[in-house]
Amino acid sequence: MEVIMKKTLITAIFTLPMIIWTQELPTAEEILRRIDANITSENRTTISTMIIHGRRASRTMTAKSWIQGIDRSYTEYLEPAREKGTKMLKLEDQLWLYAPQSDRIIHIAGHMLRQSLMGSDLSYEDMMEDPSLLNIYDADLLGSEILMDRDCWVLSLQAKTDDIAYFSRKIWVDKERYLPLKEERLAKSGKLLKTTEITEVFQIGERWYPKRMVFKDNLSKGKGTEFIIDSIEFNSDIPDYIFSKASLRR
Amino acid sequence: MIRFLIKGLLHDRHRSFFPIIIVAIGVWITVFMQAYINGVFTDMVDYTARYTTGHVKVMTRAYAENSDQIPNDLALIGVEQLMDDLQHDYPDVTWVKRIQFGGLLDIPDGKGETRAQGPVIGLGVDLFTKEATEISTLNIEKAIVRGRLPHSPGEILISDELALKLEVKLGESATLLSSSMYGSMAMYNFTVVGTVRFGVAMMDRGAMIADVTDAQIALNMFDAAGEILGYFVNRVYDDGRASMMSEEFNAQYIMNDDEFAPTMGPLKELSSLGEYLDYASNFSGIIVGIFVFVMSIVLWNAGLLGGLRRYGEVGIRLAIGEHKGHLYRSLIYESIAIGIIGSIIGTGLGLGSAYWLQTKGLDISAFMKNVNMMIPNIFRASITTETYYIGFIPGLLSTVLGTALSGIGIYKRQTAQLFKELET
Repeated sequence: MEVIMKKTLITAIFTLPMIIWTQELPTAEEILRRIDANITSENRTTISTMIIHGRRASRTMTAKSWIQGIDRSYTEYLEPAREKGTKMLKLEDQLWLYAPQSDRIIHIAGHMLRQSLMGSDLSYEDMMEDPSLLNIYDADLLGSEILMDRDCWVLSLQAKTDDIAYFSRKIWVDKERYLPLKEERLAKSGKLLKTTEITEVFQIGERWYPKRMVFKDNLSKGKGTEFIIDSIEFNSDIPDYIFSKASLRR
Repeated sequence: MIRFLIKGLLHDRHRSFFPIIIVAIGVWITVFMQAYINGVFTDMVDYTARYTTGHVKVMTRAYAENSDQIPNDLALIGVEQLMDDLQHDYPDVTWVKRIQFGGLLDIPDGKGETRAQGPVIGLGVDLFTKEATEISTLNIEKAIVRGRLPHSPGEILISDELALKLEVKLGESATLLSSSMYGSMAMYNFTVVGTVRFGVAMMDRGAMIADVTDAQIALNMFDAAGEILGYFVNRVYDDGRASMMSEEFNAQYIMNDDEFAPTMGPLKELSSLGEYLDYASNFSGIIVGIFVFVMSIVLWNAGLLGGLRRYGEVGIRLAIGEHKGHLYRSLIYESIAIGIIGSIIGTGLGLGSAYWLQTKGLDISAFMKNVNMMIPNIFRASITTETYYIGFIPGLLSTVLGTALSGIGIYKRQTAQLFKELET
């Protein structure tokens, strides 16, 4: 009896920390779910600034966006003067552009979606993509790393379907705030296409959200694009007419 | 002596018929191939110069690095001053500014929304100024299939194939969606006034021709252009001169490490034709060498066979006292006569077939659908002065060499054995 007690005690001493550790370790899916909870929302209205660092000069653009769920968004560019009044409407997988200079509504489809968005390091495809990582990727937890002085989970994401912009991603997720502080977006061949970094964050209620992000298209020789959220309002009322082609000429 | 030999050749057709046929065929192929290759390469160089590189081209260093991507964000700025400087420094070269651009051409419906759209490769060229040479350089007037040349700002020509695909009617509006020089989105309305077909697959798939000033406005490129092209006045590419000019121009900026400093390059360096041009310049020598070698072997064999057939004749001639050297030389003279006759026939046939190909051309458009080089859809031969004489080199060399090799046997005949051989 004494022997059995001893064995049980020794087993408990060795296995208990492992049990506690595995209980604390979230699954990769759980991490994605918590990122999605931060990033996605029923709807939101943002004013953002995009600083595009080209090889020759930098450009700053300001835009107001209305976003509803993952399927509908509407963006109006406010500055600079040449871009003012340019609008974009996304309805599910369709995208339309409007430029006041030409007074035309142009449908963007096919390979044009891979083109740069307003000359930035983002593409129209980036804008069209479902922001919910859990919807489009399977994830594996690779381990932990310290990044930007933050303790991060490192995850490898593999696309669930072939029709998305990046076949795989490697992401570094802040363990406390559940935001992907760094992402490497890769093609099927393994070629690094784009990197993103969240360099500043802010908190609204329970939710952590990126304040400043840097996108870098690794296929171009530009110096990257900074994307800054100037203001954001979650779950505000957005009139339905905003998400119609008629509103582009409004 | 010559008359005697020619009489012999005419009377004994077995002696001349086969060698003449061999020589004529070899010369025919040589002449035809020289004209064909010359035509194809001349056209490739000409089309590349006209549509892509000029004889020399000036770009920024950064643009030159990625020129296949047409990076207008790295274009030349201060183009008017640079054009003036180039005209001053190289007055015997015609300088033109061009803007190449890629984008989407969108055709609206009645509500101004997309009815049809397709990708375009745009070319902004000087269409309106008095000194404009681009209409003739690009053969735009001849390329018009429907409509007319642009007369006013905002008017464009598009490829006929694209117009049919998009079902665009002349006079309809078309919006270009592209990127401005500073990377922002560029949307600009044009009017389609004509359709063109250049006979170059790359251009005919989706070309759009606009005036360079319109392109500058549309792409926010004021006093800027992607490229400045230089053409020699005689319109003939001279690689030595182009290379020398480029070196001289680039030396001015050698101490300037700005990636937007201008740089000049010659056609051979800028196009993918460098290796082809080297190959083309050596082609005549290669083909002559091949045919001299092949025909010499064939004619050597023919000579050996002829030697067997004329074994008795040679024996008698030696027996009656003709010197071996004299006999050998007479066979060489015979071969020269055969070479000349064969070469004349072969050159005639070669010139005839080359002229046919020069006039009719060989349509290869079916194979050009995915080709991204400035290669014409119709290959044509080009008859030059060289075409008239090139065939005589293998024609004469091979017959003389073949006979010289087969005739060596004469020196092996023993005079003492001749009568014994003749008796048998």
